[in-house]
Amino acid sequence: MSPLILFLAVMAGTAIGETTIPMQTILKVLANQLWGADYAVDRIDAGIIWNYRLSRAIVAACCGAGLALAGVVLQALLRNPLADPFLMGISAGASTGAVAVTISGLGAGALTLSAGAFAGAGLAFGLVVVLARAAGSNTGGGRGAQAAGAIILAGIAGSQLFNALTAFIITKSASAEQARGIMFWLMGNLSGVRWDDVVLGLPAALGGVLICLWHRRALDAFTFGADSAASMGIAVRPVRGILIGGMALVTAVMVSMVGAIGFVGLVIPHAMRFLVGSRHTRLVPASALAGAVFLIGSDILSRIMVPGQVLPIGVVTALIGAPAFALILVRRTRAR
Amino acid sequence: MRLTAESIDWTIQGHRLLKEVSLSVADGETFGLIGPNGSGKTTLLRVLAGLRKPKNGRVLLDRVPMSGMRQRDIAQVIAFVEQQAETLDRIEVHEAVALGRTPFLSPLRPWSEDDDAIVSQALVDVDMLHLANRLWHTLSGGERQRVHIARALAQQPNILLLDEPTNHLDIRHQLSIMHLVRQLSLTVVIALHDLNQAMECDRIGIMEAGRLVDVGPPRDVLTTDRLYRTFGVHADILDDPIDQSRIMRFRSAI
Ligand SMILES: Nc1ncnc2c1ncn2[C@@H]1O[C@H](COP(=O)(O)OP(=O)(O)OP(=O)(O)O)[C@@H](O)[C@H]1O
Ligand SMILES: [Mg+2]
Repeated sequence: MSPLILFLAVMAGTAIGETTIPMQTILKVLANQLWGADYAVDRIDAGIIWNYRLSRAIVAACCGAGLALAGVVLQALLRNPLADPFLMGISAGASTGAVAVTISGLGAGALTLSAGAFAGAGLAFGLVVVLARAAGSNTGGGRGAQAAGAIILAGIAGSQLFNALTAFIITKSASAEQARGIMFWLMGNLSGVRWDDVVLGLPAALGGVLICLWHRRALDAFTFGADSAASMGIAVRPVRGILIGGMALVTAVMVSMVGAIGFVGLVIPHAMRFLVGSRHTRLVPASALAGAVFLIGSDILSRIMVPGQVLPIGVVTALIGAPAFALILVRRTRAR
Repeated sequence: MRLTAESIDWTIQGHRLLKEVSLSVADGETFGLIGPNGSGKTTLLRVLAGLRKPKNGRVLLDRVPMSGMRQRDIAQVIAFVEQQAETLDRIEVHEAVALGRTPFLSPLRPWSEDDDAIVSQALVDVDMLHLANRLWHTLSGGERQRVHIARALAQQPNILLLDEPTNHLDIRHQLSIMHLVRQLSLTVVIALHDLNQAMECDRIGIMEAGRLVDVGPPRDVLTTDRLYRTFGVHADILDDPIDQSRIMRFRSAI
């Protein structure tokens, strides 16, 4: 059933926009491109569908899935319901890395951009963890529960630092035109997406799903903390390294394509926990699917909400995500 | 399976929490760890469970050093019930117990009906089957503790390490858990505060400031003198006229 939902979402993402294209036309274009069929379709429509909207919808799906999984993994491993790549500074670090690469002109290929973003993401997350450790041991922590507050504070500090760094780099070295482009991209933007990005984004998203599914029992085993996971046979350090490293890479790839999109990684996993429970055998596929559909939906909204204007997609996800975030916070305090 | 510790030292941030602890627990023996708060019982159990690598000394399973074993292989023979382990996840009781099967599963060896049966049996053993579908955060403290014990039983271990497993339990469940532990014929190391419960162990060890200062059968070790020196209490030791077992009565702290 999930492939069907995903297919329908991608189709909707392709159909809806400033000009709405009938489904028939889309299917004809797809048949022409994929199986060399020979239906007569409007050249301009075909161009919009194939070169522009379809790739955009697929990349949106990949980003949504990737970011939602990054949230699932961080929440499970850090034992913190508020963990997500955006709040933990990973997205901010990735932005800094990508911007640094763009401006230094180290080659503007998608791959170098992703590499820069990954370096930035790794640096930011490393910094956040070190800071959280230091803060945690000050407040007598060290054990998971007490360190939970520390890592959120450290994540906020890290995000601010790297956002400031990004702004600094832009102001110092970018031309006015570069700066405008980068600012727009930073808020999350899919309008520059082409097939090149699908080639990078699709393997990243699928890889993310596979890593998470492969380690689903390890993710479950962290339910009662890292010590409990170890006592059930999980090699905590390597597993943590693979999962967090993998998700940092996925986040970096997504950020380098579409900018830092917030709240997907936070809201989607929580919503899915209410629907399918918190066991990762079901949570991982459900979150990937919901993230994909959510981001395609947000992208559609960003195109049609203000007629004649395209909103940054980060604005849409934040408009939906911020209230959802507040709801989670309220529920948490009630549950205590 | 025999569990052996050879002169274990454990240091963190300059604090030496375990000092040359050596002990050997025979196959099928129930070994009690007694000592005041902060004497190092939990720390020792963590080392024995393979969760902390000792700086000096080593832990052996039968004759095999634990340091060379994979975490998964250790978990197939040792189960550990922590003093406290909490979660904010919305999980049901049977899902928590199912975690105990983790060391036997892999992506290529999926969950089976055998695993279901093992989980159900573990729930029956701790008298929690009727709450199998309850959410974790709705359980009482003692019920949570029984779920943790069931999780450890679902691991079908050869060695069971229990850190104050009965401290939240009502008297009936205290007795039934102790009874269960005794008749499982596993190698058991159990940290306890209730000295009358400790009398049930085959042998006990007394921890004092990171050292294992005395080991032996409860009757030999738990003397008025020992209680005075280690715990700082005056106690009377009586023999129950009904079954001749030892009873301790505590009069006053020093
Ligand atoms: N990370 C740490 N840093 C410094 N001291 C620590 C650390 N962890 C534990 N300790 C100290 O080590 C000592 C032994 O702790 P442990 O938990 O093993 O005691 P315990 O015998 O289990 O006590 P209780 O009966 O209260 O459970 C305590 O004094 C504790 O404060
Ligand atoms: Mg303890």
